[in-house]
Amino acid sequence: MNAANTAINGGIPGEWYLALAAVLFAIGAFGLLIRRNVLVMFMCIELMLNAANLTFVTFANMLHDIGGQVLVFFVLVVAAAEVVVGLGIVVAIFRRRANATADDLHLMKG
Amino acid sequence: MLQVTYLIILLPLVGFAVQLVAGRKLGDPLAGWVATAFVAASFVVSVGVYLDLLTVSGADRSYTQNLWTWIPVGGLQVHASLYVDPLSTTMFLFVTGISALIHLYSIGYMKGDRDFSKFFLYLNLFVASMLILVLGSNMLMTFVGWEGVGTCSYFLISFWFTREEAASAGKKAFIYNRIGDVGFLAAIFLTFESTGTLEYQQVFKDIPHMQPGTITAICLLLLVAVAGKSAQLPLFPWLADAMEGPTPVSALIHAATMVTAGVYLLCRVNPLLHASPDASFIVAIVGAATAFVAATIACAQQDIKKVLAYSTVSQLGYMFLAIGCGAYEAAVFLMVVHAFFKALLFLGSGSVIHGLHDEQDLKRMGNLRIYLPLTFFTFAVGWLAIAGVPPLSGFWAKGDVLDNAWAAHPALWVVGVVTAFLTAYYMSRLTGLAFFGKDRWNKPPIDPGSTAARHTEHPNADGSLPEPHESKPIMTVPLIILAVLAAFGGLLATANPHLSLDNWISPVFTGTLYNDHEVSRTVWKLSTLDAVIAIIGVTVALRIWVRRAENPKLESNFLLHSWYLNELYDLLIGRPGARLAQFSSAVIDTKVIDGAVNGVAVLTRRSGSAVRRIQTGYVRNYALWIVVGIVLVLAFMLTRLWWG
Repeated sequence: MNAANTAINGGIPGEWYLALAAVLFAIGAFGLLIRRNVLVMFMCIELMLNAANLTFVTFANMLHDIGGQVLVFFVLVVAAAEVVVGLGIVVAIFRRRANATADDLHLMKG
Repeated sequence: MLQVTYLIILLPLVGFAVQLVAGRKLGDPLAGWVATAFVAASFVVSVGVYLDLLTVSGADRSYTQNLWTWIPVGGLQVHASLYVDPLSTTMFLFVTGISALIHLYSIGYMKGDRDFSKFFLYLNLFVASMLILVLGSNMLMTFVGWEGVGTCSYFLISFWFTREEAASAGKKAFIYNRIGDVGFLAAIFLTFESTGTLEYQQVFKDIPHMQPGTITAICLLLLVAVAGKSAQLPLFPWLADAMEGPTPVSALIHAATMVTAGVYLLCRVNPLLHASPDASFIVAIVGAATAFVAATIACAQQDIKKVLAYSTVSQLGYMFLAIGCGAYEAAVFLMVVHAFFKALLFLGSGSVIHGLHDEQDLKRMGNLRIYLPLTFFTFAVGWLAIAGVPPLSGFWAKGDVLDNAWAAHPALWVVGVVTAFLTAYYMSRLTGLAFFGKDRWNKPPIDPGSTAARHTEHPNADGSLPEPHESKPIMTVPLIILAVLAAFGGLLATANPHLSLDNWISPVFTGTLYNDHEVSRTVWKLSTLDAVIAIIGVTVALRIWVRRAENPKLESNFLLHSWYLNELYDLLIGRPGARLAQFSSAVIDTKVIDGAVNGVAVLTRRSGSAVRRIQTGYVRNYALWIVVGIVLVLAFMLTRLWWG
């Protein structure tokens, strides 16, 4: 696999995109672990999701396989649905209590 | 008429359905009339089929009606089909005819019963089941009818189920029959395994290719089956207890629809028995032993119906003896005339019981010929017929059996003759006690707690018992018809040879096992001996029992308790069974089964409480574990990439 093959749109190599996606994913995962605000945690999840999408698109370009891009569309659709449900839950939490700290919600403790 | 053979079964079944839907509305006595009409119609169709079959020449008298394919499974093709031949025709003629008479009689006998229509519902189903059994062209069809009569006998024996004795008698009959059913099922399996078919006619064609051992095994399994259904040793105690049912049911069970099934089945499979002399000989021994044992028991019974019950067992023993000797014609002949006189005797005893307001104890009857003249006259015909006094039907039939026993083995003949003497004796004892001697019906019960005492529930206002009364015509007309049949049934064998039963039925059978040439030389001597023995038996019994009703020496406890067979079974099977059940409930149930169930529960609870700590309820905690998982998977993949 030489450099010319991996370059995308005449310049930036594909590996860079992958690295960016990895960084985005790490930020998202890290944020999910350390933040307690439900809304922020939710945004972190979205970040991880889009990092994965970016990887898909990059590989689609690098390997000349349209499948990766197709999959992204599916992910977007599912993500849209997921956002509806997730935000719904968040709104419900906000309605019940003033601040939404994830650690307050541990009714499911075993 | 042959094309509508199915109507013979369908009519009683429709009658059953009508009773099921509208029985209660029809009520007393209309429901009874409707039920009788359906069975009578079935009899009419039977006669039509018979006449149709007569137009065909002897050897071709068979007809198979295929209704539908019942079980098409690979190699097993079972058709719901009916088989008409002289044997099944003989059977369904007397089954429908006698059942119709018993139905008619029941209208009078069951009058005023709370469950009048339910009684006829069961009766119709009983007859329909028996007809399926008779007409089925394969073992499985026979088995359906076999189970049907078993079930109906259970319903009917425990018809007055509020009485403890009736309920348990029904259960007893059912369980004894179940033992037989296991034998029948095993025989069916073995037959299918060795021939690949269950159709009788195809099985018979396969006999030359079958192992002799297999044939003997099938025959012996069938013997188990018929010993249960036809009350042979060692499975006969249920039939005596079956007397708890209403008397018409006893008549139906004993004459037409139940116990003859076993005899019929063995006649049906006669080519198999013929191919296995060993099994035949065992059948003969079982028959002879049963005939003798049951006859001795009948000599000491106090209950009028119990005497008759044991006499049925004994007569069935004769039939088995005949079958074992290869004399199938003789067995069928005795079965037919037995159906006539036993139905007559039971219905007659029912008339006595009815006339005495539910009294069954022989010691509390006496001199009834004055009060119940018509019942006495008809009963006397049955009595002399079963005793074997010439020229009534029983003489001819029993003589036929004994001649064949003589040809098979003199020892069998001796047992048969002794039994014939006992038969004449106990039947005359019964008649002497019931119809002759002094009036004893107004005496107070000897033992107030006895089973007989429970029937005395109809005293007059002043406490004395009402006089016995003759039954209504609806009950006496069947008696008269049956008396005529019982008297002249012997003509079946002796009349015009063209129409005789022997000639009619012999094409069905493969031939006798023993040389009857020898018999024909001695037959007149033997018959004379039979007649003399019967007359001696009658005379002896009348001399003893008419004069005195109490002869304790002749009624030993051993015989009264039917050789203590019930006690023996209780000891050998009942009590170990109860002990096993107790052991199961005390040890296996509490320790093993409960232990396993509780053990699983405890294990689940313990492991649950051990791992529940993982569930902290904090979202970020879960997220951490997910991330850890991702890292681990990535690490694994990277190591595979670098070192793999």
